[in-house]
This record gives sequence, C-alpha cells and structure tokens, in this order.
Amino acid sequence: MASQALIKDFEQFLGPENVFSSEVDRHTYSFDAAVLRPVVPAFVIRPTNVEQLGECVTRLYREGVPMTIRGSGTNLSGGTIPDKTDTVVILTNGLNRILEINSNDLYAVVEPGVVTADLANAVAAKNLFYPPDPGSMAVSTIAGNIAENAGGLRGLKYGVTKDYVMGVEFFDATGALVKTGSRTVKCVTGYNLAGMLVQSEGTLGIISKAILKLVPPPKASKAMMAVFDDVQSAAEAVAGIIAAHILPCTLEFLDNNTIVRVDDFTKIGLPRDAGAILLIEVDGHPAQVADDAVAVEKVLKECRAREVHVAKDAAEKTQIWEARRQALPVLARVKPTTVLEDATVPRSQIPAMMKAINEIAGKYRLDVGTFGHAGDGNLHPTFLCDKRDKEEFARVEQAVDEMFDVAIKLGGTLSGEHGIGTAKAKWMEKETSRGTILFSQRLRRALDPKGLLNNTKLVGI
Amino acid sequence: MKDLKQLATRLMELDDRLAACMKCGNCQAVCPMFGATHMEGDVARGKIVLIENLAHEVLRDPKAVAEKLSRCLLCGSCQAGCPSGVKNMEIFMEAREIVYTYLGLSVVKKMIFRILLAKPKFFNFSMRVGAPASRMFFWSSKDEQKTTHSPLLKGIIGDRHIRRVPVKPLHATVGDLDEPRIGGGVKVCFFPGCMGDKFYVDMAKACLKVFKHHNVAVYLSSKFACCGIPAVSSGDGEGMVMELKKNLDLLKGKDFDYIVTPCGSCTDTIRDWWPKYAERIDASAADFFRKLSAKAMDINAFLVNVVGVEPAEPRAGATTVTYHDSCHLKKGLGISKEPRALIQANPDYKLVEMKEADRCCGCGGSFTLYHYDLSRQIGQRKRNNIVASGAKVASAGCPACMMQMEDVLSHNGDSVLVKHPVEIYAESLK
Repeated sequence: MASQALIKDFEQFLGPENVFSSEVDRHTYSFDAAVLRPVVPAFVIRPTNVEQLGECVTRLYREGVPMTIRGSGTNLSGGTIPDKTDTVVILTNGLNRILEINSNDLYAVVEPGVVTADLANAVAAKNLFYPPDPGSMAVSTIAGNIAENAGGLRGLKYGVTKDYVMGVEFFDATGALVKTGSRTVKCVTGYNLAGMLVQSEGTLGIISKAILKLVPPPKASKAMMAVFDDVQSAAEAVAGIIAAHILPCTLEFLDNNTIVRVDDFTKIGLPRDAGAILLIEVDGHPAQVADDAVAVEKVLKECRAREVHVAKDAAEKTQIWEARRQALPVLARVKPTTVLEDATVPRSQIPAMMKAINEIAGKYRLDVGTFGHAGDGNLHPTFLCDKRDKEEFARVEQAVDEMFDVAIKLGGTLSGEHGIGTAKAKWMEKETSRGTILFSQRLRRALDPKGLLNNTKLVGI
Repeated sequence: MKDLKQLATRLMELDDRLAACMKCGNCQAVCPMFGATHMEGDVARGKIVLIENLAHEVLRDPKAVAEKLSRCLLCGSCQAGCPSGVKNMEIFMEAREIVYTYLGLSVVKKMIFRILLAKPKFFNFSMRVGAPASRMFFWSSKDEQKTTHSPLLKGIIGDRHIRRVPVKPLHATVGDLDEPRIGGGVKVCFFPGCMGDKFYVDMAKACLKVFKHHNVAVYLSSKFACCGIPAVSSGDGEGMVMELKKNLDLLKGKDFDYIVTPCGSCTDTIRDWWPKYAERIDASAADFFRKLSAKAMDINAFLVNVVGVEPAEPRAGATTVTYHDSCHLKKGLGISKEPRALIQANPDYKLVEMKEADRCCGCGGSFTLYHYDLSRQIGQRKRNNIVASGAKVASAGCPACMMQMEDVLSHNGDSVLVKHPVEIYAESLK
C-alpha cells in the first residue's frame, strides 16, 4: 500500500485532479490491451508539463517506488500493466501538445502523449506525411509508438516508427534529463541514445519530447485485390513483386478463414473458396504509380492469381480495403477473447509459416484466422477463444508457444511490432542468446540501479 | 438486494457481454467524456473493467462504481465504433439499474420518474403553475438566443442559460387530435416528447404545421407520459415501466401508420427500449410494443423518406446553417442524411458542415443535471466547431442538443441561433 504521505505530496505538487488514488480509479489502470493478468497499481499520476514529469520521476526514484509509464494503454504485450501493487503509473496524456511542424526542414516536435492520428492529421493539413500507421493509431501515443517501435501497414515501403525518430529527450530512472539526436538529417553527437530508447518498452527512460521525420506525401496511389487458390501462390506473388523492384506502400494478406468470416459478416461477396487474398497499394508520382500498377498486375497473373481487381476510383479503392479493415473487427466478434499475435518470418517463409499455424491450430483444436502484412512477413494469427474457459485457454497458450518455436526456426522473430513486455519475455533467450539477456540486464542495472522502471518487462532486471 | 454477493450475481448476467470487450482502447478516440478528462474510468473499457471487477467480487465498492457509471453521456459513440461490437449501451443501462437498485434510488429521482413523468396530469399542472412563476426567478441573459438564467436558483440549476419556459405548453394549445385520414392518405401518431410539449413548443407547432401542409393526419394525446429514457438512464426500470403503461393506454387501438417524434432520443427509445421494458408488463404489451417499434420514425426521416420532401438549391445570400448530428439520431438510428436534406429543402438556408458534426454535444439528457461542469466543457468543443463553421444558425434534430447548444453559445456571447430542421423547413411553407 502506497504511503498516504506520498499521495498527499503528489496531490500538492500536481493538483488533486492529476493524482488518482481511489480504489476504482486504480482498477482502471490495471490492464492494457494484452490478454494478461491485471495488476492494480498503488496510485496514478498525470504530470501536465515536462518539468513536472522530470520531478515526478526524481521523487519516485528517491523514494524507491517502481514506475510504469502509460500512454493510452493499447499495448498488446503487457508493457503498460503495472509490475506490482506498489507500482505508480505515470500517465503521459497530460503532455499532448504538438510543439512544432516544420515544413521547410521536414520534422515535427511533439510531447510524448500526442495521439498518433492527431499528429498524422495535423501533418497532413500542412501537406506533409507521417507514415507510421499502427492499428491503434486513433488512440495510441507517439511516445508509446517509440517505446514499442510500432509498425503498421506501410512498413514495407515506408519503414516503421524507428525510421522516423530523429531525436528524443528523456528522463533517466533518476530523473536526469537526457537529450539525443537533433532537428538535422545528420547528427553524430554522442551515442545514438534515441536508437536505444526505441523499443525499450519503458525500461530505460521516460520520453519527454520527440523530434520526428516527415516526408512529402505521395501524389497518387492505386489499389488492387488479387485472389489466389492457395497461400503458396500468393507468397510467390509477394516475392515476385519485390523481385520486380516494386515496393508497394501496403501489401496485405488475408487467409481463407478470415475471408470466410469477413464475408459472413459483411456480405461483400468475397471469394469464399480462395486460399488467400492479397491487397496491394502502390503510391508515388502518378506516372510511376501507373507503371507500377501494370507491373504488379503482370506479376500477379504470372503467379496464378485467379482474379485481379484494380480499383478505378476512390469508391472502389475504399471497397477493396473494406475486407482488410474488417478483418480484426470480424474475427474479434466470433468469440469473447481475441489473442492477436504478430510472429514474423522472412517473406519467403510465409507459406511454411501459414502451414504451421493451421496445423498447430488443428492439433490444439483452436479457431484461428490469419491476416497481416505480407510484404513484411508480419502475420497476425488471431486465436479466437474464451479466456474464461481455462482448459481452452491453456491450449491457446500451448499453441502460441509452438508457433513461436516455428517462427524462430524459420529465421523469423517472436514479435514484429507488438513488443515483448511480459507476454513474450520467456522466449527472448530462445530467439537471441544468453549473452543478449545478460548484456541487456547489465545495461538496465547500470542505468537504473534501484530497478524501478517497468522492472518485470522485457529481460527483467 | 441485501448483500454484495447478490449484487455480484446479478451483474454476472452481463458477463458474456462484458467478456466481448478486448480492451483495445479504441473507445478513447470517440468518447466525449474521455475527450474532456482523459481518464480510463470515464471511457467504455474502463467502465467495463469496473463492472467486471464488481461482478467477480474483485472490487467491493458499488457506490464508487455507480459514480463512475454516471459519468457517461450514453451517446453510443463507443458502441458505434467498437471493433469487437460490444453492446455498451445495453451493458451500461442494465448495470446502472442493477447497481442503483442495490444502492437504492434517491427519493427525488423516484418522485421525478414515477410521479412527475409517469403522471402527465401532475407534470402538466406543475408546469402550468411553474412556468409563469418562473418569470420571477429567471432573468434575461441579453443574448441572441433569448435565453434566461437564474442567479437566485444557481445552487439548484447552476449557471444555465435556457429559454424561458412557454406559459402555454403544446397540449394546452392544441389539446387532443385524432384527425381523419385525408383522402386515404398517411396518418401519424405525433409524440412530441416532454421537451417538445413543454419547452420547445414552437418547434412542436412547426411539426404540426408541416404535417398539415403535407396532408398528414395526426393523432396526438395531451396526456402522453415521458418516453422513459431519463428513468432508464438513471437506472429506474420501474419508473420506465410506469411511464410505458400510461403510454400503452393512450396508444392501444389507435389508428396510425407511424409514430413520429421530433426528438432523436424519444425515437430511439420507442424503437429499442419500449419493446424490451414492455416484457416486464406482460406478453400482450410486449407484442404491442414490438409492432409499434417497427413504426417508430424520426420526423426528419419521415418527411424525407415517406412524404418525399426534397432539397432545393439555396438562393443567393441564403442564411448559413450548420447541422449537429445528435447521438441517438446518427449513432442510434443511423439518420444523418435526412435532417440535412430537410434543412436544404428551404432555399433560404445554405448548409455548411462543421468539424466533428457527429461528436456528442455534452448534454446527455440527465447527465447535464449531475455533471454540469463536464457537460459545459464538452459543449465548448461543439461550440468552437459551430463558430468555426461560420454558420449563423446551428441545427439539431433533438431538443436536448438544442438546449445544450443554446446554453454554450449564449455563455460565449455568440450570435448563432439554434433551430430544429423542421423549424427551418416550416419557415419555407406559407
């Protein structure tokens, strides 16, 4: 139980409206979007300016209180679930100002709690483009995106969050301000600490400001849908498109189960007997887009696509994307619990991975739908279950374990974009090495001697 | 309900629906409460966790949970945008009833829902006495919206800027109507709603004018009780049933094709909640209200889709108007094109869209009574969007939204007037 004195202290410092210590309020910060056991924190604080944020960290470190930083709490690997009941949650959503959008030098400076979509919209209003588009971007925060290195649909061509981080300012565990990177394209002043903070999952520092790269928006785009009898042909088409030196901005995949479920729900007339659908969008200069679209269509046909639909206008484009937009919502409605995984393999291994996923699901008698970012080899096998059914959920956990095993054997990774958190921590060593774990733990202990920052996450401390 | 165990057992009836929430947090993007406070306890997934924890006896403080449940406008934005299709509206309404019943409904609320709103005679009488008397306490706000406020009653009603309550409500002006069909044409039951009957009387009269113009025969009782949404949202299922019984007596055996209201909330309640609560009366009532539900129609939709009113080209120099999508109309009933078409049917007006037209105005019916500060804060965002549109008139198809918009516009000293789409259309009819 947190000391009442500490709560009083923070109430005085931040104002009572920014300290949540009632039982009900604490319960509402005990979870995130991961299917994991909730942990109720001691209390929750919400600094409303950067100086306050630094002072909060300093005070908590001095008192030896564990801290978990939380943006919008959309994490899918438990990164924002408090470690223990004496953890204090620090919210960043009181720090949500866009400080600068610079059209001449193509960067934006933001506070940590700015919502991704708000930034993307503000940037678009100035005719610029911030490409990272994680599925939760309508609510996720920029600092959360950086701390998880969030991906999205545009990874293949535009990269992920890390490719847009030019610099960050953060508080270390003791509350000291660290500045790294700059507003310039080139900057080699000191260690690349911004790179270290990316995907650090709140374990190395608490981001207080970010400088993000912006790019000019593409002038044109074209979307198409290709239907395949089997996953193998679809995967060959993906490889063929890249071999033809075309980088679509999105190259998405839906498996048969997802196609059938989406069609059941939306009745949009999808090919229910198809083995896979690819949804492809190319963007760029209008002439380039036209050339690329023709080339992609050619590859698709060579790879035995049984149908190819090219969107003629905006309305058709929206229609083509409807199937992908509906994939998760539809799967999520089938059963109460949706275990959304993100095992990622080299593109060429997609057929092997898909085969393994379906075999594993069969073995454990589970319902699984798979969709995802085929261009990145980043699949989202989605297990549909009810966590209240203990026996079934145990099977889900076994299936997920086995699936990771396969992903690693195929030269892939545990997590393409959802993070390790506590959900996948036990698998870290298998993908990396004992040395990696030890190195990471030594790094953490050196930077956070009291072990207070999100201490059970990633490799632990 | 005697003990927490019993409360938990009743809440477990919601468990399957609660389990559907995957805690993704997408509700944060659309929730007006979250937009104002940025607190997890104010957004749908936070409330669902609290109900779950109370049901599973992890939490043992129903009073604190009830307080959180009350901090919701029941606007349905979270449900409309929920990826896993969680039935938030049902969950929150039912949870309120279960938790408030456990805690005991306040005497004042019982009086309002079970006597005032369920017994129109009593309500009507008190309004007739109260309306003229209120002139002594309410002073002009000296604004374009012609609202009043009451420094003397600030302790009770806050610093609200509301229109003066008309001395003569609709039922006292037109009484009962049961017109014969004109040339075998269409006939509607006009349900003006409490606000239409007692507060926005000119708006209700505009509805009758439009019906007359289009040869629509009208059935109207001067004794209609409240639709029941204030009772249900306050967790008083019994109050709702009492009001429903009164309306049943007035609707049974009457001849009409549609039951039409100028209030999105009334229409939504008639369509979705009346059949549900009628099951608590008896099987024949349930059957009656199920059939009636299919006849429920918003007045904008009725005029555009049944009567066939069509948009016209605005004339040069037409007054600009912006339209606010009321939650129950758009998110509840899926009606957003029709009110715009009705506004555009008057060539003296030119429709301009505001930003976030379908974001909740912050009224939330009884929400504004208990959380006026939050309501005003949410309303300010709506006001800013209205003013930024440059429109001279703001329109909404729900009297509660109209009242809220008048309040915030008046407080900001804006010259924007508030009108119902039907009022705008009626102005074009000579």
